Amino acid sequence: MSHTATAPEATTNHALRAHLYGLPGVDEVGARARAQDLSTRSIKTTAKAAAIDLAISMVDLTTLEGADTPGKVRSLCAKAALPDPADRTVPKVGAVCVYPDMVATAVEALRGTGIGVASVATAFPAGRAPLDVKLADTRRAVADGASEIDMVIDRGAFLSGDYLKVHEEIVAVKEACGDAHLKVILETGELNTYDNVRRASHLAMRAGGDFIKTSTGKVAPAATLPVTLIMLEAVRDHHAETGRRVGVKPAGGIRNTKDAIRNLVLVNETAGPAWLTPDLFRIGASSLLNDLLMQRTRLSTGTYPGPDYYTQD
Amino acid sequence: MAERRENKKKDKGEAKAPTKDGAKAPTQVDAEVPARLAVKKTYKLYLGGAFPRSESGRSYPVTSADGTHLANASLASRKDARDSVATARKAFGGWSGRTAYNRGQILYRIAEVMEGRHAQFAEQLVAAQGITRAKADRYVRAAVDRWVYYAGWTDKFAQVIGGANPVAGPYYNHSAPEPTGVVVVFAPQGAPLLGLTSVLAPVIATGNTAVVVSSQTAPLPAIELAEVLATSDVPGGVVNVLTGNVGELGPHLTAHADVDALDLAGTGDRAVEFERAAATTLTRVLRPGPEADGGEQAWLDTDPGTSRLTPFLETKTVWHPVGV
Repeated sequence: MSHTATAPEATTNHALRAHLYGLPGVDEVGARARAQDLSTRSIKTTAKAAAIDLAISMVDLTTLEGADTPGKVRSLCAKAALPDPADRTVPKVGAVCVYPDMVATAVEALRGTGIGVASVATAFPAGRAPLDVKLADTRRAVADGASEIDMVIDRGAFLSGDYLKVHEEIVAVKEACGDAHLKVILETGELNTYDNVRRASHLAMRAGGDFIKTSTGKVAPAATLPVTLIMLEAVRDHHAETGRRVGVKPAGGIRNTKDAIRNLVLVNETAGPAWLTPDLFRIGASSLLNDLLMQRTRLSTGTYPGPDYYTQD
Repeated sequence: MAERRENKKKDKGEAKAPTKDGAKAPTQVDAEVPARLAVKKTYKLYLGGAFPRSESGRSYPVTSADGTHLANASLASRKDARDSVATARKAFGGWSGRTAYNRGQILYRIAEVMEGRHAQFAEQLVAAQGITRAKADRYVRAAVDRWVYYAGWTDKFAQVIGGANPVAGPYYNHSAPEPTGVVVVFAPQGAPLLGLTSVLAPVIATGNTAVVVSSQTAPLPAIELAEVLATSDVPGGVVNVLTGNVGELGPHLTAHADVDALDLAGTGDRAVEFERAAATTLTRVLRPGPEADGGEQAWLDTDPGTSRLTPFLETKTVWHPVGV
């Protein structure tokens, strides 16, 4: 991707726009066909068992509801550390993802488990708040102990062509994060075109995001396979260009083992096996974990377990 | 086209001047009409109110009693079994939550629709079992009557089985039967219609949802019945019909932890093995009775009573203080 290698350090909206519009257009039909083609891979037996364990370790166990209580967050944390109390060989999940006011509760509940707390911030999910509010939101979450921050981009600014504003916001939030990892939520369901997904991905990576994340989970369609494919291509190209590996996190709509494994196939075939680690690929989900556990039990015992055997939260 | 027009003219001519042997005249005409292509039916599974092919894509030939090929039926796989249990579980809340009266209406509607397709069911029974048409008619009528019988029970079994219990204390004590949940029904092998109806109707009458593994050798009446169910206001997923091999599907269904009860009528000598598998997940089991291997006649002779209603019920008892 030599066209981006020569791109100037973007400081003006004009330069950013020139860079983003210089990216090759996405072949929509091709992207859909490629995602569809890869989703028919058959992963069975030992490969499936390995994929399930990998997927469990990549889950960002999420609760982002208005009705969240400290009790619910604590029980979610217990589940994150020990997903299946009947089987201690199950790996722990990647992180627990909560609203900023629940970070302290989650950090306390996860102490000693080695599991990080991810917090959505910057007026999630709409992102419609002044910048200083967004930064205060972020600083507070980091101060409470969040090791990962999931920010939302200003889709309104992005769609109206104000790329510099989006860029500067990401840079500012990244600075407010300090040591915490920054995941940038593109909310692809609101970006309208695959070209915009590619542009937003590159914009977020240039601005210093450590992860690019598809969606908030509050807007449909959320993490569709073609969108994840385009974002994986973007991180691959960014690595080729700069040598920096940026992670990808599809979130929303991934509910069963089949979907999770399709995503892993996509990662392996698009970005490469180097991305098959919780450090570079996460799956934002809440109900997915139970299905992974059920499939895992089915593989290890040979019989189908029922959903009644697993906790709901 | 010219030929066809000519034939039509001939038809009219004959109609004006009927021959002495009226029955034979059309056959002469038929010989000249190009034979119509047979519309062969491809039988599929019945899952969640839809008719999908087996996930595995497999099918197997179904033959009549004398060995002629009748049709192909889907050969259900382990994953179809898993999907059907998940579908039945999803449908359970809605079906069990309906009023008993409404379930009765729907069961009666099944009888109505079946009555309308009497001839089709009878023909299939004749083909599948090699019995006379008169006998087949009797079995179809009995199957329709059985739906009516259980339609009547839907809002009455609770009064008969449950009730107020006398207790030594200041409590009103009341027991009420509730449906168990998802019931896997292995339909009798030798009784594809009346036997199937006799084991399926009591299961759904009380509010359970069912996964039916049809008779392996004669699955067509079961799928025909599924077509009746699909047009009788039975919500999708309440009854799911799998056609295929009991030996292949049975181990997965009986050991499945999300199955609440089993009717082993059609499992033959595998019943013990399946009962053992069911024990690991504390699944209720109804063992095959003497009528299970007896063919349609045995099911016709058996008085249904309530013996198939009660095994798939749980009793809820409520203690309520009085005088406070």
